[in-house]
Amino acid sequence: MNDLRHRIHHNGGLLAAIGLFIVMFTIYVSNHPVGLTAAVATTASNKAVLLALVAMAQTLPVLTRGLDLSVGMVFILANCLASVLVVGTIGEGFLGIAIVLGAGALAGFINGAIIVWGRLQPIITTLATGAVYYGIALYVRPGPGGDVQSDIADFATGQLFGVIPTALVVLLAIVLIVWLPYRNSVLGRAAYAVGSNEQAAYMSGVPVQRAKLLAYTLAGLLAAIGGLMLTFNTYSGEASAPIAGTYTLNSIAAVVIGGTSLFGGWGSAIGSIFGAFVLRTIEDLLFVFDLDPLWQPLFQGVVLLAAVSLGALRVLRIRNRLELFA
Amino acid sequence: MSDAAPILEMKHVSKRYGGIAALNEVDFVAYPGEIHAVLGENGAGKSTLIKIAAGVTDPSDGEVFVDGRRVNFRNPTEAMAAGVVCVFQELSLLPDLTVADNLSIVSPPLRGGLIDSAAQRQRARELLASIGCEDVHPLELVRDLPLSRRQMVEIAKALGKKPKLLILDEATSALTAADVERVYAIIRKLRSEGVGILYVSHRMHEIEALADVATVFRNGRRIETFRKGERSVSAIVQMMIGRELTHHYPDKPAPKPAEPVALSAKNLSWGAQLRDISLDIRKGEIVGLGGLDGQGQRSLLLALFGVLKGVSGTVEIVGKPHRLSGPRSAMRASLPLALIPEDRKTEGLMLPMNIRDNISLASLSRFQKGLRLDGGKEHSAVERIIDSLKIKISDLAAAVSTLSGGNQQKVVLAKWLMTDPGIILLNDPTRGIDVGTKQEVYQLLRDLADKGVAVLFYSTDYAELIGCCDRVLVMYNGSIARELEGQHLNERTIIETALNVDDKEQAA
Repeated sequence: MNDLRHRIHHNGGLLAAIGLFIVMFTIYVSNHPVGLTAAVATTASNKAVLLALVAMAQTLPVLTRGLDLSVGMVFILANCLASVLVVGTIGEGFLGIAIVLGAGALAGFINGAIIVWGRLQPIITTLATGAVYYGIALYVRPGPGGDVQSDIADFATGQLFGVIPTALVVLLAIVLIVWLPYRNSVLGRAAYAVGSNEQAAYMSGVPVQRAKLLAYTLAGLLAAIGGLMLTFNTYSGEASAPIAGTYTLNSIAAVVIGGTSLFGGWGSAIGSIFGAFVLRTIEDLLFVFDLDPLWQPLFQGVVLLAAVSLGALRVLRIRNRLELFA
Repeated sequence: MSDAAPILEMKHVSKRYGGIAALNEVDFVAYPGEIHAVLGENGAGKSTLIKIAAGVTDPSDGEVFVDGRRVNFRNPTEAMAAGVVCVFQELSLLPDLTVADNLSIVSPPLRGGLIDSAAQRQRARELLASIGCEDVHPLELVRDLPLSRRQMVEIAKALGKKPKLLILDEATSALTAADVERVYAIIRKLRSEGVGILYVSHRMHEIEALADVATVFRNGRRIETFRKGERSVSAIVQMMIGRELTHHYPDKPAPKPAEPVALSAKNLSWGAQLRDISLDIRKGEIVGLGGLDGQGQRSLLLALFGVLKGVSGTVEIVGKPHRLSGPRSAMRASLPLALIPEDRKTEGLMLPMNIRDNISLASLSRFQKGLRLDGGKEHSAVERIIDSLKIKISDLAAAVSTLSGGNQQKVVLAKWLMTDPGIILLNDPTRGIDVGTKQEVYQLLRDLADKGVAVLFYSTDYAELIGCCDRVLVMYNGSIARELEGQHLNERTIIETALNVDDKEQAA
C-alpha cells in the first residue's frame, strides 16, 4: 500500500499526461461523425506514433540534462534513406531497414561522442550536427520522391486482426524492447543520475560518459524508427526542413507535457509518448469542431504553457531566492 | 595497534593549487581497527588529504599506499574498488532517485542483465535497518527527505560498499542526537571488525568520545599524531593555532556606545540553519562574524539582505521595522544595505562585462536621465571610486575577467560602495586575495566605519577578525555561541568557542 503511494508520487507527471490525453481523446471520439472505428483509430495512430517516437528519442538526452536539436533531422534523414534503401523484395526491405536504423544510431553516437569527448554543449552540438544530417538527407533525396517496400509499409500502417492499429503495436513493442530494459539497466539509471546531479554521480562512481553516449545513441535510433514509420505512411522520402524543425520543437514540447524535467534526472519516455498524443489530439479536436486549423499553434502553445506551469510549482517551495536562478 | 600493517599510508604527499600548497610534504599513516581523528582549522589541509585518499584529486608529489600496495587513483571508483569509501560533507546522493536506487547506484543487484528492483529494495531495507533508519522507505525520493535523513542514507550507502577504510568528513553535522549515537555505535562496530576509520569533525567532544588516535594539521602540514589521552584539549587547540600574526591592522578606536544602533535583529530563525539570532550593530562599528565554516554565517548574511524566504524574527534599521523582502528593498532601506558576496565569480561580478558596467550596475538609477543613462556622469563617478580604492586597471572597457583576484574583489567593493550603503555585510571578502590588497581592505573598512557606516564582517581567518573588528560574534550550529570583545577577543577564545569546547574542558 505504502509502495503504491510512492509509485503514484513518482509518476505524477506521467499520470497527468495520460489523464489529459484520455479526456481530450474522449471528447474527440464522441464528437467524431463516425465514432471510434478501426479506420479512425488507425489514422489517428499512424500520425501520433511518428511524433511519439521522436519524443521518446528526445527524452533520453533530456534525462541527462542535455537536449538533442537534431532528432527531427535524423527523423528526416531516415525517411530519405528508407525511400532509397527499403525497396525490392521483403528480404531486401528488411536489410534496408537495418541499414537505416544503423545510420540513425550512428548519427546519435556522433552527437554523444562530440558532447562527451569534445565537451561541447549539447544544444549547439546537435544544432550543428542536425544541419549536417539534414544536408545528407538533401543529398540522398534532392527532390521529394522514391518508393518503399509496399508489403512492409502496408503491414506497418494497417491493422492487426482487422482492429488493432499496427503502428500502436510497433510503439508498444519499442517500449517493451527498448525503453523498459533501458530504464532498468545500469546505464539507464546512470542517465537519471547524471541528470539529477552530475558531480554527485561522478563522486559515486557512476559511469557518466558511457551513460551520455548511450542516451544520445538511442535517441538517434528511436528518431530513425520514427523516420521509417513516416516512410511507410507516405511511401516516399522528402528532405523537408520545415518538417524536421517542427518535429524537433514538438518533441521538446511533448517531453515537457509528459512530465519530464528539462533540468534532467526526472521523467520517462512513456510520459513523452502521451505528451505527443496530446499534441496530436489538439489537431484532431480542431477538426471535429470544425475550427480553422490555423488555431492549432495557439492551442498547442496554451497546453504547453499549462504543462510547464504545473511543473514550475516547485518554485513556490523554494526558501532561498538564490536557488531560483541556480 | 601498530603491529598491524597500515591500511593507508602517505609518504611526502603534497598538493599544490596554482602556487599555493594545500598539503605540504605530509606523512600520514592509518591502521585497520582504529578510529583516527583528523583535526585542524579551516584550510589546514584536512579536506585535501581526504580527497587524495578517496581518489577525488591526485597528489602533486609523493606516494600513497592502500593495504600495502602503491596506488594512484584516477577517480573515486578506483578508490572504492580498493576499499576506500568516503562519506563526503557535501552529499553525494542523487536527489531525483529513490533511496533504494541511491544505495545501489554503482553495482545494483542484476537479474538477466537488468536491475532487479525487488532485490534492490530488499538490500535497501536491510542497509537502512542496519543503521536504525527503518523510518525511511526505500521508494522515497532523496529530495523529499530532510537533511538529517539524507545524511543517514549517505552513511548507509558507504556501509553498503563494505569499506576497508571508511572516511567520514563532518558526517554527523546535520544529525539528531539519537542518530549520532547510532552512528557512533556503527563506527565502533566497524572498528571491532577491523575497518580503518578516518574521522574529520570540528566537534571536540565527538573526537574525545570516539577517537583512538588523532592527527592535527595546520597550514597544509601534519603537526603531530598522538594517541587518545596523551594531549589535553588545551594543548590540541594550541597546536591548531600556532600561527603568528603577520598583518598590520589599522588602529581600533575607543568603543562608541553612544552611537545609535544601525541594524538590530531579534530572534531570527530559518529552518535548522539559523536559530534565534539577535544582534545589534551600531553606526561606526565593525562587528566580526566568526566560527567554523558552515555554522550559519552565510545564511545570516543572506537573511539580513532579504534573500531567504520564510525567516522568522524581526529586523530594525535605525529603530524602524524593516521587511526582509529582497535585495532591492534592502538597498532602499533608510540606511541602505550592501552585501559583498562570498563568491565574487558567481554572485559578485558579471565576468564578461566590462569594469565600468560592473561597478555602476547596482547604482544605475542614479545616472538615469530621462530614459537613458548619463554616460558622462557614470564615467566620472566610476573613475572617482576606482581612484579612491586604488584599483589597478588599464582600461575601463576591459572585461572584469582580465583582472587579478584582488582587483576583482575591489571591483565588487567599488560596486557596492557606489550605492552609498549605511550598513555593509561582508562574506569572507579577503579569501584568495593577496596580502597587500587585504590590508587595503582592512583600512577601507575602518575608514568607512569612521564615517559612520555599520559593518558586519564574516571571515574564516581568525587573525583578521581579531585585528579588524571591534567585537566578534562566534557562531556554532546556527546560533551565536558567544560574543567576544576587548581582551577576550583572541585566537584562543575564538577557536575554543568555534569548536564548542567549554571552560571545564579547557582546564583539563
